[in-house]
Amino acid sequence: MIQRLLKTLVGVATIAAFAGSVLAQDSKVADELAKYREALADGNPADLLEVKGEGLWSEKRGPKQASLEQCDLGLGPGKLEGAYAQLPKYFKDTGKVMDVESRLVHCMVTLQGFKQEQVTRQWFSKPGQDSDIEALVTFIGAKSNGKPINVPASHPEEAKMAKMGEYIFYRRSGPQDFSCAICHGQEGKRIRLQDLGNLTTKDGAGTAMKTWPSYRVSQGAVWTMQRRLIDCMRQARWPEPNYLADSIIALETYLQKNATGTVMETPGIKR
Amino acid sequence: MKLKFALFFALSAAFGASAQADKPVDAPGGKFAKDAEQMFRSSFRTDNSKYWMARLDQDETMKTCGLYRDNPPRKLGEKLEKLNAATIRYPVEGKLIGDWKEGEKLAAVGTGGHIGFIQPDPAGKLRGGNCYACHQLAKQEVAYGTIGPSLQHFGKIRGNSEEIIKYAYDKIYNSNAFTACTNMPRFGLHSWLTPEQITHIVAFLIDPESPVNKD
Ligand code: HEC
Ligand code: HEC
Repeated sequence: MIQRLLKTLVGVATIAAFAGSVLAQDSKVADELAKYREALADGNPADLLEVKGEGLWSEKRGPKQASLEQCDLGLGPGKLEGAYAQLPKYFKDTGKVMDVESRLVHCMVTLQGFKQEQVTRQWFSKPGQDSDIEALVTFIGAKSNGKPINVPASHPEEAKMAKMGEYIFYRRSGPQDFSCAICHGQEGKRIRLQDLGNLTTKDGAGTAMKTWPSYRVSQGAVWTMQRRLIDCMRQARWPEPNYLADSIIALETYLQKNATGTVMETPGIKR
Repeated sequence: MKLKFALFFALSAAFGASAQADKPVDAPGGKFAKDAEQMFRSSFRTDNSKYWMARLDQDETMKTCGLYRDNPPRKLGEKLEKLNAATIRYPVEGKLIGDWKEGEKLAAVGTGGHIGFIQPDPAGKLRGGNCYACHQLAKQEVAYGTIGPSLQHFGKIRGNSEEIIKYAYDKIYNSNAFTACTNMPRFGLHSWLTPEQITHIVAFLIDPESPVNKD
């Protein structure tokens, strides 16, 4: 563990140096990134966050001074192995299909007694402002490594969510006529130098979804899937959705269903 | 009696067919499409300005393309192409080919028009065509995308006839006038680019001195 952490620290330093040059030389990023991926294979800066998330999970916090260890992410209270890989999922206690982030926030509210606004205020990190949610999701995600994504959407509410996600995926609007399908509906395409992949197939969706949450070199931060999709809506020139909005969870259900069967490998590392 | 029955049968068959053409069997969202539309629209922050929220509105082209996963039946496609062709407007002076140097700049700009609260573009920021996101153009720019075909040597290959100039102008103004449900945005229709800016990009594609054709 110590050795792995040390490696990570070296990795962080290299990445930080690298991130500076990213902005200047966008065009060389693809090659360079392949190299860095290799070099960092067991030293992803996200590993640090994973350790932090592990601490936050078991620490007694909030008005109720409780840990999250009794949080039920779909496999039963405290069961973390493979939990991320089977989300989003229908939960009887809330009567809703929830993704990892909405369920985590639910636990922070019900078990620890936080107010929802309080725990979601910092749902993503900014330079100098860490996000507990990012750390916790990184930790929870890694607990599914080696497990296949498993979102068959067999419960009627899940099936409905997946279908609604499909609807949004093909829905065009905005001043560029964009839909998700324009950027992610074909094989082997790229935008500038970024490979896009076909998220409507098992292969394409699997390659993408198995790596989230992911460390983004260009941002110097780990991004959760909510962050990824909210940013894609920004790229589409749409207004900004609410964090944990149903339409984001619907898209996640659709994508995880497409990706079902692909073995998780997270945290990933991306441009 | 027999005749009457046959007539009725033929009529209802025709009716059935047209009803089917209105809605494909595998429309995204299936029977939940209406719910999904409502849910999508109510997913946005309430402090988004009204002007931003208008970006979620769909015209007939957008709606039809979504319904058919961007592959409308040919007849519907032709209808959309006519509808879109009718929207094209030309610059007041009538000249469709401008300054390739201006066009070169506009083709490269990929920002502008990002809204929201996390990382919006400043209002009034120059909006470009972002052509390199999807097309190869000048040889020296290697960071090009492949969503659209390569346009390198566009003028060299197609020439610089009035016809080609008009085609390039019209295509950029409203791509759907030629290919319904193409992945290419409709830059003129949405006033993303002005007619004058489009003439500069046309020059970038067609002028023999432009790096698209020169190297
Ligand atoms: C204008 C183009 C564009 C649009 C529209 C768009 N995206 Fe993206 N998307 C991107 C880019 C660029 C990336 C980053 C690729 C990279 O990092 O290499 C990305 C990344 C992703 C990823 C992660 C892929 C991976 O391999 O890790 C997912 C999932 C995704 N988008 C889903 C969506 C969904 C769902 C929508 C619609 C709400 C959408 N995108 C709309 C451009 C777009
Ligand atoms: C989001 C993707 C995208 C962007 C951005 C884009 N295009 Fe396209 N373009 C396409 C696609 C896909 C096609 C092929 C299908 C078609 O003809 O519509 C195309 C086709 C074309 C054609 C027709 C090519 C031919 O052989 O006849 C021209 C000309 C063209 N684009 C010019 C431009 C210019 C100039 C810009 C920038 C102002 C631009 N495009 C921006 C996706 C894009």
